[in-house]
Amino acid sequence: MRLDPAPLLLTLQLATVTTVVLLLLGTPLAWWLARTRSRWRPPIEAVVALPLVLPPTVLGFYLLVGLAPQGPVGGVWQRLGGPPLVFSFGGLVIGSVLYSLPFVVQPLQAAFAAVGRLPLEAAATLGAGPVDRFRTVALPLAGRGFLTATVLGFAHTVGEFGVVLMIGGNIPGRTRVASIAIFDHVEALEYGQAHALSLTLLAFSFAVLLLVYATRRRPAAGE
Amino acid sequence: MSAGSQTGREAAGGLRIAVRLPLPGLSLEVDLRLPGSGVTAIFGPSGAGKSTLLRIVAGLERRALGVVALAGEVWQGGGRSAFVPTHRRGVGYVFQEGALFPHLTVRGNLEYGLARTPPPRRRVPVDRAVEWLGLGGLLDRRPQRLSGGERQRVAVARALLCGPRLLLLDEPLASLDATGKAAILPWLERLHRELSVPVLYVTHALEEVLRLADRVVLLEAGRVVATGPVTELASRLQGVALVADDEVAAVADGRVEGMDAGGDLTLLRVAGASLRLPRVKGAQPGERRRVRVLARDVSLALAPPGRTSILNVLPATVVEVAGADTPSPLVTVDVGGTRLLARISRHSLRELGLAPGQAVFAQIKGVALL
Repeated sequence: MRLDPAPLLLTLQLATVTTVVLLLLGTPLAWWLARTRSRWRPPIEAVVALPLVLPPTVLGFYLLVGLAPQGPVGGVWQRLGGPPLVFSFGGLVIGSVLYSLPFVVQPLQAAFAAVGRLPLEAAATLGAGPVDRFRTVALPLAGRGFLTATVLGFAHTVGEFGVVLMIGGNIPGRTRVASIAIFDHVEALEYGQAHALSLTLLAFSFAVLLLVYATRRRPAAGE
Repeated sequence: MSAGSQTGREAAGGLRIAVRLPLPGLSLEVDLRLPGSGVTAIFGPSGAGKSTLLRIVAGLERRALGVVALAGEVWQGGGRSAFVPTHRRGVGYVFQEGALFPHLTVRGNLEYGLARTPPPRRRVPVDRAVEWLGLGGLLDRRPQRLSGGERQRVAVARALLCGPRLLLLDEPLASLDATGKAAILPWLERLHRELSVPVLYVTHALEEVLRLADRVVLLEAGRVVATGPVTELASRLQGVALVADDEVAAVADGRVEGMDAGGDLTLLRVAGASLRLPRVKGAQPGERRRVRVLARDVSLALAPPGRTSILNVLPATVVEVAGADTPSPLVTVDVGGTRLLARISRHSLRELGLAPGQAVFAQIKGVALL
């Protein structure tokens, strides 16, 4: 039984990049969703939640169609001189970001909503401008939500299968992540390799979730 | 709103509020000019729009239309372009529940505003605020470990350290029980005496108005129904607050003149009269004090009584008789500028033939300091 590290490393790389992108995009989106009274909020919330209910293959299928060189987005992208999006690491990141979006946006939105308006209004009366208020009041008070969002976004990306298969294919070293490698091994009746990868993912996922729940029971910092 | 053109002519230091804010269930429409000093209570029943009015002054209700200006500086003037955001208005705000930052210690909370206040505007040194509000032992605690009253004291100190041009207090005592209230009221009275910042004080508790405020704005269903000195509006406020008949009282401001010859009595000068009170400990001559005279403690006579144990007998003129058909009418009399209330019986009213303009003698059985 030999463990091929390449799919595992690619998975970790994909999950890390995806989580960073998700935090950068998801934070302003969640902040807006938590505070807006706009009539656009419900449709946008619904769109964010779609990956929770759609079969990953549906998401992957539309991404494949849209991002392909002949597709509406992929075509423009290629004319602009961008590298191919399908069957590439870039395509995997785009797919993973969309697929894991609710796992980052929803905890952040809940955390921002729980902060409420009062501390921010108090900060404003004490002379803090909008960016200052966000940085010194909203972020520290929503810290818990950021931990949850980071862990869930990362773990969910590690566990994806359908989307990456559709958009990334199965190119060793480029798009062949751990979940796909396991499927391959099983197809080829290489149960030993499948076990090695599966056990690694199982142990990793358990460790990550244990970390979240172990810290969750602790009272707020400094008490 | 046409009021925008008038702000240029505001008296220096004054606060101008001419705003409109239609909300579901409440349409706020207020036109006020308030002087730039002293404590103004905004008083009225729950849901009258008191807190909303305060939030508008602070710039926390962006949808409010109209003018808000302090000392000629226009904070909002009708158009969205002229809206000065809350963090540039220089107001101190104490929220109902304190709104301390839970992730900071008391010291961190106090320093939060201080760090964002340019040095020239810092008027209250930290150790003075800490001493004034009795926060010495609390500095390293988290807000979660403070009592309700302590939290409100921290909130007041935090607001003061920013050197506010206007202090806004939104029912600061509402979340406290009677003990908590009693513990913080003296601190607020001290601020009133020692600090020159104008204060808007929202409350639905009459006792707080009578103890703390110089002026009162009476708000009902989003409209100002009366505004003026607390002493003039006291009986009307008691009507609004549904004060029990035998608790109705007149309120008067006076200055301590000193002691009487025997040293048993303190003399308090109010408009048109000098009141004699049982000795008030620690009263300094010249000090301003407010007194309350219960209507049931005032009786009326047509002739000066002979020798009597009653300390205060003052010549007065009947101004108004309310409830003449009820068993116990309420008579308002004027003593050279000070209004007193007298609860008498319908029988006595007829017997004495009391009517507005009539000269009487008011016999005051008791005067209580507020």
